[in-house]
Amino acid sequence: MPYQQIKFYQTGSFAVGNRLLHEEQRSVQSEARRSNTLTCGHRACQGCGEALGARYALDAVMRATKGKMIAVNATGCLEVFSTPFPETSWQIPWLHSLFGNAAAVASGVAAALKAQGRTDIRVVAQGGDGGTVDIGMACLSGMFEREDDVLYICYDNQAYMNTGVQRSGATPPAARTATTQAVGSEPGNRFGQGKSVPLIAMAHEIPYVATATVADLRDLEYKATRAMDFHGARYLHILVPCPLGWGSSPADTIKVARLATESGLFPVFEAETGVVVSSTPIRRRVPVTDYLRLQARYAHLFRPPERTETIARIQAAADRNIARFGLMPEYISSERAVVHAPTPGNTGTPGKR
Amino acid sequence: MFQVRFHGRGGQGVVTAAELLAEAAFTEGRHAQAFPSFGSERMGAPVMSFCRIDDKPIRTHEPVTEPDALIIQDPTLLHQADLFAGLSRDGYLLINSTRGLGELGLDEFVREFRAERLRVVPASELALTHLGRPLPGAPLLGGFAALTGMVSLDSVVAAINGKFSGPVAEGNAKAARAAFDFITSERKALTDA
Amino acid sequence: MLKQIEGSQAVAAAVAMCRPEVICAYPITPQTHIVEALSAMVKRGDLAAEFLNVESEFAALSVAIGASATGARTYTATASQGLLYMSEAVYNAAGLGLPIVMTVANRAIGAPINIWNDHSDAMSQRDAGWLQLYAETNQEALDLHIQAFRIAERLSVPVMVCMDGFLLTHASERVDLPAPAQVDGFLPRYDPRQVLDPAEPVSIGAMVGPEAFTEVRYLAYERMQQALQVIPTVADEFDAEFGRTSGGLVRPYLSEDADMVVVGLGSVLGTVKDAVDELRAAGMKIGVLGITTYRPFPAHAVRDALSPKNRHLVVLERALAPGTGGMVTADIRMALAGRRAPHISTVVAGLGGRAITAKSLRALMSKAAAGELEPFSFLDLDTGLVDRELARMRATRRSGPSPENILRDLGITASRIG
Repeated sequence: MPYQQIKFYQTGSFAVGNRLLHEEQRSVQSEARRSNTLTCGHRACQGCGEALGARYALDAVMRATKGKMIAVNATGCLEVFSTPFPETSWQIPWLHSLFGNAAAVASGVAAALKAQGRTDIRVVAQGGDGGTVDIGMACLSGMFEREDDVLYICYDNQAYMNTGVQRSGATPPAARTATTQAVGSEPGNRFGQGKSVPLIAMAHEIPYVATATVADLRDLEYKATRAMDFHGARYLHILVPCPLGWGSSPADTIKVARLATESGLFPVFEAETGVVVSSTPIRRRVPVTDYLRLQARYAHLFRPPERTETIARIQAAADRNIARFGLMPEYISSERAVVHAPTPGNTGTPGKR
Repeated sequence: MFQVRFHGRGGQGVVTAAELLAEAAFTEGRHAQAFPSFGSERMGAPVMSFCRIDDKPIRTHEPVTEPDALIIQDPTLLHQADLFAGLSRDGYLLINSTRGLGELGLDEFVREFRAERLRVVPASELALTHLGRPLPGAPLLGGFAALTGMVSLDSVVAAINGKFSGPVAEGNAKAARAAFDFITSERKALTDA
Repeated sequence: MLKQIEGSQAVAAAVAMCRPEVICAYPITPQTHIVEALSAMVKRGDLAAEFLNVESEFAALSVAIGASATGARTYTATASQGLLYMSEAVYNAAGLGLPIVMTVANRAIGAPINIWNDHSDAMSQRDAGWLQLYAETNQEALDLHIQAFRIAERLSVPVMVCMDGFLLTHASERVDLPAPAQVDGFLPRYDPRQVLDPAEPVSIGAMVGPEAFTEVRYLAYERMQQALQVIPTVADEFDAEFGRTSGGLVRPYLSEDADMVVVGLGSVLGTVKDAVDELRAAGMKIGVLGITTYRPFPAHAVRDALSPKNRHLVVLERALAPGTGGMVTADIRMALAGRRAPHISTVVAGLGGRAITAKSLRALMSKAAAGELEPFSFLDLDTGLVDRELARMRATRRSGPSPENILRDLGITASRIG
């Protein structure tokens, strides 16, 4: 998100009082009048990153659309924990059809609204990584290709969590899942597999693609809001740690997400029409081990003898991301790094002052 | 009921010919049904189409196995087995060719049928002359009208004008007329002889 | 207005007159001409609708689900493999109670791949909760689409209008196209029972556990029971408005005093009637029972249409249920349970586009009349071809793909022009 220099005198905290910011940059969640689109009472696990991410993202969209949105949900954790029979925690019109068709169903909703002349109502499709990266890929690509007016939000917890933590196309290398168990000569998920849906989305040259995490919730709100500035197909990919599936402490969800970005494993950036227009620089780089050690799904890497080669491969992937997305600007001044907000003339070189 | 079977190759307008014949019958207030022998779209492959004409509604949907008339749009199909299958002894045969039945090797064959009902018409040449393209469908229909009297030439032309427009319609209509005249004068010559 | 047009064009014209707001389709033979025609109408501005070219049939019906849930009148079309590919969504649409109308241009299902007509596609989805209406002619095909929207929206149930691929879709026949104003009068604006609307948010599609699933499913059964009333009512309303009999539950023909009644669905009924007329002329007491509505199965209408005089039913099945044989037969038997049932012969006919000829039908019925028809048989089966392949399979383990062997036996291979 765009930064502005503010002199403030608190230390050791990233919190900035809303009253110091322009109204549009204030946190949606800090408002008493927020929509609570996904309201309390849902059955998510303690520390669920997805519930956190969904609430922030959707309330931001509600503010941006002045409350006029329809959501289409794929089957998955979010759908299941938000609508435990006979209750629903959705305060918006909400449709769940199938596992792999959220993008197509959302395209249908958008088409109906267009036919009815009600394009003031905006459409959000949402699903987990499984429903997006794997079984939903065809419908997603179709929606992108047709430029249907839908914002697709993927909550990526890197496995099929709701069904018992099975490997998906978003599961990172070496991670333990129920179908890539920590056994044998190469425990955990295989290297060389997997796909980057943000890059696939960019290849479709849709108006707006962004990644975000629940570690920087203000940035998440900004990106959900920014996405609604555009019409046509848009994609938002949010890293949402899952304490159950990742084997991390429920109290560590935000911390783990932050370490994912600060290690370089999860690049945070924005792209428009296929070109990266901004990326969030790493403030304080950490080695990947800081991130991996907090999660039992990587515990097998650290049991003696430590799998240094595997860890090195993971580190190399992080290094590649840092180089590829320009996550560590060439020089860092004594002040905080500044990232230019996207401007029309921006050719997409990220992060340079 | 009068049943016609068309033979040709993909791309020669075999299906269109059957549809035009149905349209011609329709303009005369009769019931008609036209359909292709169905297959994947493929240029150059042998295709068949069918047309039924009747004064009462046509209920059946089976292929035409006992045609009252055969229209052969492409003479290279002539020696295919079963091309003439089911043609009744009083049936009509109209072949698109510049060569006579004898030259086409059909002398033996035609003895089983009524000679004046088996005719050849240079439909592709007439189409080339009047339309600029060797599409024999329309002239064959003109010839069919003259040969069988099942539809009038006017109806054939009306169907052509319904489907096509501008120079394409005009060219096809002229070719149809030319074929009609060709067959009519041949028949006249036959009966006068 | 009378027109001589291809069945697909007639259906497209009828659907357009129903003013769908969203049309989404993926092309598959033999439905292509319908969706092509509709896309042209939308593109020219003759039809005010959103037309989406989707990336698969699964996407097609999914788009339809989203659109219908948003209150738009929605249409799609498919056949064969496409219907199977959208099967998950087929059940989903019915379970959600969305009044989508879909044309199924009946085509066989592979393997082996086959693009020609039979009923295996629609039959595969007969228990998904959609209404299934089978058109006998192109006229009925176009009429049924108009009726379908009315029925679907009245009941909040999706409807499949089945029309035989190629035999109807690609055949040019005389049809009477209604005037658009007439259709407008017949089809009021869609008033949804449930709809996604920010003004009144609802959650549609939530999970239902064991505590309530049975009751929710019972409502699906209940809707089908209501359909048994609504379908004939709408057919009567259609007759009153447009002046012809079309649709309804069953259509008997010369069956009242018939010893033998041939039962069938779809366009084969026309050929059957021609054969029956010839046999009647030769003195056989034979009739026909056309099933126009297959789901819900009109058991009471079938019972009412058949009398004790009808001592022999010959059921023509346009699909094969491997492992058991007939599907329509099973429904008929269930409908007649408890009565002194007639003798029933099941004949699997016209698979994968094998032509059903009046000649074959006459021979079949004569055989049946002579008491020589087996309880279960295949019409026009080439037993020689079958026996030779079975012999090959017995002779060697690596006998190769059966279809290739049979085609080679028939003398049809890729390099030769059949």
